[in-house]
Amino acid sequence: MFEEKAIQQIKASKEKWDETVEKSFAKAPERRKEFTTISGTPVNRVYTPLDIASMDYERDLALPGQYPFTRAVQPTLYRGRFWTMRQYAGFGSAKDTNERYRYLLKQGQTGLSVAFDLPTQAGYDSDHPLSMGEVGKVGVAIDSIEDMKVLFDGIPLDKVTTSMTINAPASVLLGMYLAIAEEQGASFDQVGGTVQNDVLKELTVRGQYIYPPKPTMRLTVDLIEYCLKNVPRWNTISISGYHIRESGATAAQEMAFTIADGIAYVEACVERGMDVDSFAPRLSFFFNAFTNVLEEVAKFRAARRAWAKIMKERFKAKNPRSMMLRYHVQTGGVTLTAQQPLNNIVRVGLQAYAAALGGCQSLHTNSYDEALCLPTQSAVTVALRTQQIVAEESGATDTVDPLGGCYYVEAETDRIEKEIFDYLEKIDALGGTLVAIEQGYIQKEIQNSAYRFQKEIEANERIYVGINKYTMEEPPITDLLKVDMSVGEVESQKLQKLRAERDQAKWKAALDNLRKVSETDENVVPAVIEAVKAKATVGEICDVWREVFGQYRPKEYV
Amino acid sequence: MAAEKKIKIIVAKPGLDGHDRGAKLLSRIFAESGMEVVYTGLRQTPEMIVETALQEDADVVGLSSLSGVHNYFFPKVVELLKTKGLEDVIVVGGGIIPLEDYDGLKKAGVKALFGPGTPTTEIVDFIKNNVRKN
Repeated sequence: MFEEKAIQQIKASKEKWDETVEKSFAKAPERRKEFTTISGTPVNRVYTPLDIASMDYERDLALPGQYPFTRAVQPTLYRGRFWTMRQYAGFGSAKDTNERYRYLLKQGQTGLSVAFDLPTQAGYDSDHPLSMGEVGKVGVAIDSIEDMKVLFDGIPLDKVTTSMTINAPASVLLGMYLAIAEEQGASFDQVGGTVQNDVLKELTVRGQYIYPPKPTMRLTVDLIEYCLKNVPRWNTISISGYHIRESGATAAQEMAFTIADGIAYVEACVERGMDVDSFAPRLSFFFNAFTNVLEEVAKFRAARRAWAKIMKERFKAKNPRSMMLRYHVQTGGVTLTAQQPLNNIVRVGLQAYAAALGGCQSLHTNSYDEALCLPTQSAVTVALRTQQIVAEESGATDTVDPLGGCYYVEAETDRIEKEIFDYLEKIDALGGTLVAIEQGYIQKEIQNSAYRFQKEIEANERIYVGINKYTMEEPPITDLLKVDMSVGEVESQKLQKLRAERDQAKWKAALDNLRKVSETDENVVPAVIEAVKAKATVGEICDVWREVFGQYRPKEYV
Repeated sequence: MAAEKKIKIIVAKPGLDGHDRGAKLLSRIFAESGMEVVYTGLRQTPEMIVETALQEDADVVGLSSLSGVHNYFFPKVVELLKTKGLEDVIVVGGGIIPLEDYDGLKKAGVKALFGPGTPTTEIVDFIKNNVRKN
């Protein structure tokens, strides 16, 4: 990028400058001995061409939409259209949540994102003993296709795309969604959206697992394979770093461990006999955005470049679409404080700005009250407006990768990319992602970072506004969203009615068939769709698999 | 004089909630501060938690919930401990718990609640100052 002569000149003046600056420290020292990002990465006083002297523009950056996609996966990015504004929402009954969805769409949201309650995510019906107290709490309670019908009532599924945060039972909820779309008159190839379907991070950081690693991976791959042939616009997996970061990982660890999971899925699909260029274009990702804008932007750019190289070099993909890291971003829930909650609006604003500068494909902005409860409607509105302000007013959307070429961001992009590949090398040496998870390697790395961060906060080495500096007495917030405790009872009654009134013979035949198929190597998804149409519940279908596959019992690494 | 017996704490995740960053972090910090720690892992019913407390002869049960089920689970654990004759075991809790729920939980027998942003030293001190004081 730079001529050798110019580099030598800059080097000489930088040395002189450092000397002068450091002399002045006797009178006016810097605020800290060492400056680090929230991830603990050292930050230099200033960055110059010296920090990116080895950069080759065509090789390392190229233009937007060109390999290695450092700058963006699309040529015009937000000059074409903004990212999809997709707020993760769900609580109470299907009817409560349907009202929230209609409100959000009316307010200019452009896609839906379903939060299911924990019983649904863990594959239990609302009347199961383990569901007690949990029904409708952190998401919407869905037991059967009847609930799903209410959830999407009046929402045209051929026009709106929907993301569903569902993992081990992903094909069950996808099956219900497809069946309803069909009833609305939309064919499978018109329907678009995403299922999270990322079971590996459930084993390491998120905890909504059901089955042991091998059979749960089989269900994941079955869904990918099925959609490839039947639901071509569907993003078959959302490989998630979000929860890895929430659990304490650094920015580089978030990307490294997510890409390690991605590699495991690609390997599993190839092993199934799929051609890499057939399924890879439908893989999508999901990342976090913290408040340190520059580090986050570097992280996104580094991951785009790393994934492109891995797909091209390691998996020999030919189709450029297979090499594109397309991703959703959610702002960092764990960065929000219960203290002085309105300050969170500013944090979310910076995080959304980072996501935009980083080139995300869709975005969820958190609500300021989320360290206290599920968001109220007014808090959700501010959150949605926050990303609309970033999109419409900040200017970040008018040019692609505006921070490209920034000495610091480029140097940090290189550094994070290197850390990603160093981690991948370690994981490969252990025997791959599944082994690294089984041995607790990934979990322990994340926990160590969480521990380091906590210690820094408590030693006042890192400042968190409202936590260890600028604290104040304040009255408690009272305007919090409360989920009606009776949701569990109402759902249980609905289930009793469903079980009594459905066509028993059809229901039994469908579940018997699902069991039979699950015991073979055949793809389970068609049998799942038949079962949900026969009004089998989420719990009943998941129970069939519990019997066939067994249940996961994690080892805890503390 | 024999060395004083270490404080034994059960750190537990009731219900289906998977948020375990806080529970794991505190388990480590309790251990470093000289306590003996048993972390139950996820998906614990009140019965399982109390059984662990009984088996381990615990002094403290620490409950962590970020999924809004504290009003359901925390009082159940306190109640079950009593029926097993473990009324001396202190129950403390933390997670995403609205302040307006604190009074009800304390009336139900939860000794202390620690919200997001609480320094871990404060939690450790509370436990050390309140165990075996009755």
